[in-house]
Amino acid sequence: MTAIPKKARDHFRLNAVSRKTESVFHLVLGLFALACIIPFVFVIIISFSSEDSIRRIGYSFMPQTWSLAAYEQVFQLGDALWRSYFNSFFITVVGTSVSVIMCILYAYPLYRKDYKFRGFFSFLSFFTMIFGGGLIPTIIVCKDLLGMSNNYYALIVPMLVSPFYIIIMRTFFQTTVPFDLIEAATIDGSGEYSTLLRVVLPIMKPGIATVALLTALGYWNEWFLCLLYVTDRKLYPLQYLLMEMQRNAEFLARNSSMLGASGADAIRSLPSQTMRMAVVVFIVLPIACAYPFFQRYVVEGLTIGSVKG
Amino acid sequence: MTVRRPIRRRRRRSAKTFWLTTMMLPVTVWLLLIRYLPMFGISLSFLDYRLPTRKLPFPSNLFKSVWVGLKNFNFLFTSESVTMIRNTIGYNALWIVLGLLISVTFAIMMSELTKKFLAKTYQTMMFFPYFLSWVVVAYFLFAFLDPTNGMIARAQKAAGGDVIDWYNTPKYWPYILTLCSMWKNTGYSTVLYLSAITGIDRSQYEAAAVDGATKWQQMVHVTLPHLKPMIVILLIMNVGKIFNADFGLFWSVPMNSSPLYPVTQVVDTYVYRAYTSTGNVGMSTAAGFLQNLVGFICIMAANSIVRKLDADSSLF
Repeated sequence: MTAIPKKARDHFRLNAVSRKTESVFHLVLGLFALACIIPFVFVIIISFSSEDSIRRIGYSFMPQTWSLAAYEQVFQLGDALWRSYFNSFFITVVGTSVSVIMCILYAYPLYRKDYKFRGFFSFLSFFTMIFGGGLIPTIIVCKDLLGMSNNYYALIVPMLVSPFYIIIMRTFFQTTVPFDLIEAATIDGSGEYSTLLRVVLPIMKPGIATVALLTALGYWNEWFLCLLYVTDRKLYPLQYLLMEMQRNAEFLARNSSMLGASGADAIRSLPSQTMRMAVVVFIVLPIACAYPFFQRYVVEGLTIGSVKG
Repeated sequence: MTVRRPIRRRRRRSAKTFWLTTMMLPVTVWLLLIRYLPMFGISLSFLDYRLPTRKLPFPSNLFKSVWVGLKNFNFLFTSESVTMIRNTIGYNALWIVLGLLISVTFAIMMSELTKKFLAKTYQTMMFFPYFLSWVVVAYFLFAFLDPTNGMIARAQKAAGGDVIDWYNTPKYWPYILTLCSMWKNTGYSTVLYLSAITGIDRSQYEAAAVDGATKWQQMVHVTLPHLKPMIVILLIMNVGKIFNADFGLFWSVPMNSSPLYPVTQVVDTYVYRAYTSTGNVGMSTAAGFLQNLVGFICIMAANSIVRKLDADSSLF
């Protein structure tokens, strides 16, 4: 029973590549797949290595001694770290909720075949995908005209709308919501908003989840807006805090000889290399933990959006 | 009775249009303010822009700025801008071709695996880097390249060789940047192509096999023709972006190191650096405007060429 004859097993391989070719495929794909996660594993190991081990053998997959010092240091950062953590969370949650609501409200009428101004509004959002005013005029409008500097608006508002996500959402509407359903609801006397809320949204959950996840990732990984509009340290999101740490370390490392004794002091008080790696772990960990669950939605959403969009 | 009915229906129809239009409002306002209003800012590239000061606050400084014609476009004739344009187009062209080849190959290989569980695992692992920010990727890279503690530096030291100061040696960076870009984006495009391949009707392969087609012939005559529309669409989109670079990649991965500018300066970083270091609004706006204009022309050209060749594959 256990020994299926080789011939019968090969029957399942009908029209498959030869075993030899397949093992080459496994080798190539497997190596690349490993290469995609090994850097993260490496950074985790570094963050648990002791300073002593790093001084002696550098960053290594097998440190001589392990230590939690980096994490103790991270917690000693105290306010700066927690505030950045809070900022990242706050921006992600508020940004994502507002953004998804706006996206649904815009995509839904675009899906309605019977909506009069459909063509005009699709063009309005599509055109911004192929032409724009450029970075500097956008900065002037946001900063000088709309007052987005050193406040949460600056970190949220410029990323609220993405024409690409509108296309994804509209395509989701087209593939999951049958138009008859809306006609039926209208005949029953349901208003436009209550049709959307009671009839359409409950069956749109996968689509909403996809766009929400993509948007949330975008906000969580955001640092460019902070670079453009924010100088107040209290508003730094995690990503920017990390970038700043590196920049300060580089600056001091390059100029320590010129700064003399005070420079050496400054270097000693700097967050250590391992601690910065620990902050990286802090940033990536939420993504890595949620990743297996949201991966499916994202794959689905992106394929729908870019194949049929 | 017979007269009233159509009126009521018309009224209901206009009520529907009204309520649906109100749904459009939030995004429309956003688009007008944050996407369309800056388009008027393109005019700044023909002005000598006066930065707003306390005496001359925002809108009024615009009226004090004088018309200078094409003077802001003079930067085009400096060697610096030749480098940055070469970098932007060079990297993009290389990565479009390389990315296409690698991800289509990977997707086809993946679709041929008989152990579906392993295929899923590879896919999950490959897609992971796509969700990380460039700031984080820069740290990943730093763990290998750091001249004092980095893995490569230590290995070189142990072998008794010279330690390469990566962050000050431009000649390696075209390769490093290419590696980073492929590392981060291959998983994403592989997944896209793979899902297109799994959508192909299996019976077509069986029919081909019965007719004696080899695996290679099946790939050329069944798989690739099915992938064509998608390859074309992604190509159009990428060609349209040939003058745009990923700011994060060119800014944070080389740690903004100035000795590397000859190989890491691209239009996006150039615009930002010109704006922040010299405050030259006119010139950086002009550069950004050219970038958008060229992108627009490229995407239109690519699309109309595709439409002539094969109307179904074109983007619009």
